[in-house]
Amino acid sequence: MTAVQAAVAAPPPIPLHRLLGLTDDELAAIGARLGRAPNDLELAMFSVMWSEHCSYKSSRPWLRRLPGAGRGVVAGQGENAGVISIGDGLAVAFKLESHNHPSAVEPYQGAATGVGGILRDICTMGARPIAVLDALKFGAPDDEQTRHLVRGVVRGVGGYGNCVGVPTVGGELVFDPSYRDNPLVNVMAVGLLEERHLTRAAAPGPGNAVVLFGSATGRDGIGGASVLASATFDETSAAKRPTVQVGDPFAEKLLIEASLELIAAGLVDGLQDLGAAGITCAVSETADRAGTGIVVDLDAIPRRETGMTPAEVMISESQERMLAIVRPARVAEVAAVCRRWGITATVIGRVTDDGAIRVVAGGLDGSGRPAAGAAELARIPAAALTSDAIVYQRETRPPVHERGAPAPGVRQELIESEPGLPERGMDPGAVLLALLGHPNLCSRAWVTTQYDETVGADTVEAGEHGAAVLRVRGTPWGLVMATDACAAVAALDPYLGAAMAVAECTRNVAVTGARPLGVTDCLNYGDPGRPEAFWAFTEAIRGVADACRALEMPVTGGNVSFYNESARGAIAPTAQIGVVGLLEDIDRRVGPVFRSAGDVIGLLGSTTPGLAGSVYAGLAGASLDDRPPGLDLARERDLQAVLIEAAAQGLLASAQDVSGGGLAVALAEGCIWSGLGAQLDLAVGSTPALELFGEAPSRAVVSTTPKAWERLADLAAGRGVPLERMGRVGGDRLRIRLIGLAATGAAEERGAGVADDVDVPVGALQHAWAAGLPRALGEAA
Amino acid sequence: MRVGVVVFPGSNCDRDALHAVELAGGEPVALWHEEPDLHGAQVVILPGGFAYGDYLRAGVLARFSPVMSAVRDHAARGGLVLGICNGFQVLAEAGLVPGALLRNASLRFEHRWVRLTVERTDTPFTRAVPPGMTLRLPVAHGEGNFFLPEDQLDALEARRGVVFRYAAPEGNPNGSARDIAGVIDARGTVCGLMPHPERAAEPLLGSADGLLLMRSLVGSGLASAAA
Repeated sequence: MTAVQAAVAAPPPIPLHRLLGLTDDELAAIGARLGRAPNDLELAMFSVMWSEHCSYKSSRPWLRRLPGAGRGVVAGQGENAGVISIGDGLAVAFKLESHNHPSAVEPYQGAATGVGGILRDICTMGARPIAVLDALKFGAPDDEQTRHLVRGVVRGVGGYGNCVGVPTVGGELVFDPSYRDNPLVNVMAVGLLEERHLTRAAAPGPGNAVVLFGSATGRDGIGGASVLASATFDETSAAKRPTVQVGDPFAEKLLIEASLELIAAGLVDGLQDLGAAGITCAVSETADRAGTGIVVDLDAIPRRETGMTPAEVMISESQERMLAIVRPARVAEVAAVCRRWGITATVIGRVTDDGAIRVVAGGLDGSGRPAAGAAELARIPAAALTSDAIVYQRETRPPVHERGAPAPGVRQELIESEPGLPERGMDPGAVLLALLGHPNLCSRAWVTTQYDETVGADTVEAGEHGAAVLRVRGTPWGLVMATDACAAVAALDPYLGAAMAVAECTRNVAVTGARPLGVTDCLNYGDPGRPEAFWAFTEAIRGVADACRALEMPVTGGNVSFYNESARGAIAPTAQIGVVGLLEDIDRRVGPVFRSAGDVIGLLGSTTPGLAGSVYAGLAGASLDDRPPGLDLARERDLQAVLIEAAAQGLLASAQDVSGGGLAVALAEGCIWSGLGAQLDLAVGSTPALELFGEAPSRAVVSTTPKAWERLADLAAGRGVPLERMGRVGGDRLRIRLIGLAATGAAEERGAGVADDVDVPVGALQHAWAAGLPRALGEAA
Repeated sequence: MRVGVVVFPGSNCDRDALHAVELAGGEPVALWHEEPDLHGAQVVILPGGFAYGDYLRAGVLARFSPVMSAVRDHAARGGLVLGICNGFQVLAEAGLVPGALLRNASLRFEHRWVRLTVERTDTPFTRAVPPGMTLRLPVAHGEGNFFLPEDQLDALEARRGVVFRYAAPEGNPNGSARDIAGVIDARGTVCGLMPHPERAAEPLLGSADGLLLMRSLVGSGLASAAA
C-alpha cells in the first residue's frame, strides 16, 4: 500500500470541536464572537459553557416567560438560589436542581454530589442550609436494575446529607416505567440567612483577588456537565463513569462552615460554588454578572494530580470547591479562616476591567498582571461564555397521540356525561388496600429511615405525612416545604401536569396553614432537538407560568434538564416543583392526622373530576375515553386562602391534600397515622371510582371539632368554596358508605357477599400501607 | 454551670448540643478540637457527627486530637463527660467507656424515634429522670451496634454499667447486644449513648425527654462543684 492509498483509506480525523460536542455552526458562532478561530483551550472552555446544562441555550428564551417578581423576593432567577425575605431581617433561600444522568451512571456518587452541589448553591447566597428534600423517579420497582439504582441513590442522598448535618426532611418517590433507563434525581435545598449577609455570585471591583478554596483540582468529572447532562443516553453510558464527580461530604461540611464564617465576617465581596464546568464557569459567570473580567493564574491552582493539561484544570468538576472575590487587604484574613477549618485557600487570579476571561501560564506579578515571560493561553469575553452564549429557537410540535385537555379556568362537562366511560365493578375496600400498598402511595419509611431527619434540632414535621415543617429559632414562625410533580398527568398533557404540580405543591404547603412564598422548578424533558420533546417543555413553561400567575407565586429559580431519554424513549415530561411557605404561628400548624373521635370530617373544595393519570387508572387500566381531571386555578387560590385562614383561626383539627389515590386514600391516611377510624357517607355518581379514587385537584379533607364546624362552613362560604360534610372520626374501621346511583346492580353482578361500601379495619389499612415499599423492592420488611 | 461542647471538624450536632445545654440552664461553651483546653468547662459533651470524616473507622481519628488530651485529663480527675452518637464512638475508641460500635445489623443508616428504658437514675447523667420513665429520643447513625464479648457483657451488667436500653414498641434499631443504647464507665463519670437527647429537648420537636438528661448534667455539675 502506498502512502497515498493509506491516506485515502484512513478515515478523516474528527475535528476537536466535534469531539467536544460542539457543532460546526457553534464553532462558527464562537469564531464570530472572538473575531478569530479559538485555540484548543478556548474551545474546551466554550464546549462546557455552551453545553445545554450550562448555557440553557434551548430553554433561555422560554424561561423568561416565568413570572419572577413577587412579595419579598430579594434574589431571583439567574442567581445561585432564590431568596425571599420573611421579616425580622431574615430570609429563606431555596432551589431545586437535577442530577439525573450522573445518578443513572453511578447512583451513589451521582446522588451524593447532587446534594453537595445544591447545598453549596444555598451556601453561596449567605444562607446556612437547613433542609434537603429529594424527588426521585425510577422505573418499575420489580426490575433488578431499578432496585440497584434505588438502593444507590437513596444511600447517596443519605450518605451526603447525613454527614454534612443537613436533615433530609421530605420529597417524593415515584415509579414509572418511562424512567427505567433515565431515573430522575432532583434535590431541593432550603437555607436560612440574615438578609444583611445576602451574598451575590459576582466579581465586582477590578483589582480584587480571586480566591479558590476547598479541595484541590483533579481529573474527576471532566466534562461531566457537557458529556453527561447534555446528550441522550445510550449503551456507552457506563463508559462515562469517569465523568461522574466524586463527593466528599466531610470536605463539604468544612467548606460550608468556612464559607458562612467568611460571609458573617464580611470578608468576601462575591461567592460562587464550583459545579458544572468548574473554574471556567465560576470565573466567567461572576465576571459577567459584575461586568468585569478575570485573569486566571493557571500555575497557582492547587492540583491533586500531576500532568494535568490547562484545559483539564480549567473545566474539571472536582467537588467541594468555592470561588471568592476578596479585597486585597482581606486576603490574609480569608486565608486564616480557611486554615482554621483545614481548608486550602489560594489566590488564583485578579478581577480586571477588560471584560475578558484570560488564562495565563507563568504567573502574575504583584499587581495582578501577567509576569514577565508569562504566556496568555486563552482570552475570551466573559459574556461570550455566559450571557452572550448561543441561543436556539427550537422547533416544537405536539405529538399526535396527545389529547386535548381542559385549560385551567374552563369548566369542563362532568365526566359522567361522557359517553363510553365504562362502569367499573369493584370491591372498593380491596381497591383501597391495593392503592395503599402501591409503590407510589405506600409508606416511604424504607427510604426515610436512611435519612437523618432531625439533625439541626429544628425539624417539627418530617418525612412522609406531607409537607415538612421546621421551626425558625428565636421566632414564632415555621418554614413549610414540599416538592411535587404530576408526571402521569403531564404524560397526557404537559401543560396541565405542570400547572397541577404548582397547584398541588402550594396546596401541600397551604394545608398546614402556611402562606406559600415562592416556587422553584426543575424541568426534566427529553432531547430539545426533537420537536415533540421540546413542545412538552414549552407547554410546561406555559403551565408553570399560568399557575404561578394565578396563585401569585414568584418563580425564584430552578434548573432545566434535557436529554432525559434512552433508546426506549423519553421520560414522562416532569415539571418538579418546590415550594417554601411561612407559618406565622407554628403552634397553629395543622397536620394531616385525625385528632379526636367525634370530630367532623368534611371535603373542602371541588373541581372537575377525571381518572386519567391517576394511580387507580394505572391499576385498573385506563380507558381511552378517560380524561385527566380539570384544574381551575381560581378555585385553587380560593381553597388555599380558606385553608390558611382556617388554620390561623384555629378551626382545623386536621387537613390533608387530596392527591395520589384520591379521596379514599386521603381519608385512609388520616386513619393510618392516627390509629383512629372514620365513618363517612359519600355521594357518588355512576362511576364510584371517580369519587373514591379520582385525583382531581383543589380539594382537601379537613376535620374539625363539632363546635368549629359552623365557623369553618361560614369561612368557606364567604370565599365561595364548597364544604361537604362527610362524617365523623371514630371507631377502629374506615367505613365509607356510597350513597347514590353507584350501587345499583353492581353487587348482584359480582355475586353476594361483596360489599359496595368501603369497610376496612384501620389495622389492615396500616399493614397495607407499611408493607408496600419493602415488598415492591424485594426487601425483607 | 459551664458545659463544654467539643467541635471536631465534621461534628454536626455541636450547635444542637450547645442549644440544649442553654435550654437546660447551663452555660454552653464551644471547645475547638485544636486546643487542649476546656476553658473552664465543668462538664464536657462530645457531640454527634462525623469527626474527621469518620475516615478509617468512626471515632478513631478524633481520639488523637489535641482537645482529647484535655478531655482525658478531665475524665481522669473525675470530671463528667457525655458522648452522644459519634461522641460515644469517640469515647469507645479512646477506651473511656467499654464496648465497640459496629455497623448496624441492617447495614444501613438508621434514623428513627426509639424508646429507652433508663436502667439507672442514680448517675450524674440520669438523676433528673423519674424512676420507671421511658424516654423517647431519635437515633441517627450507621454504626451504633453495641458489641462486647459475652463474658465482658456479663461483667458490664454485673457492675451496673448499662444505663440505657432500647425498649418496645420500636425496639432495638441497630442490633446492639442486649439492647444496649448507652453505658457508663466503672467510675460512673463518663457516659456514652447512641440516641440524641439534644434533639429532643423541646415539645415542639416531638419530645422534651432529652432535656432531662441535660438537666441531670447541669444540676449534678453544680452539686459536685459545691462539694
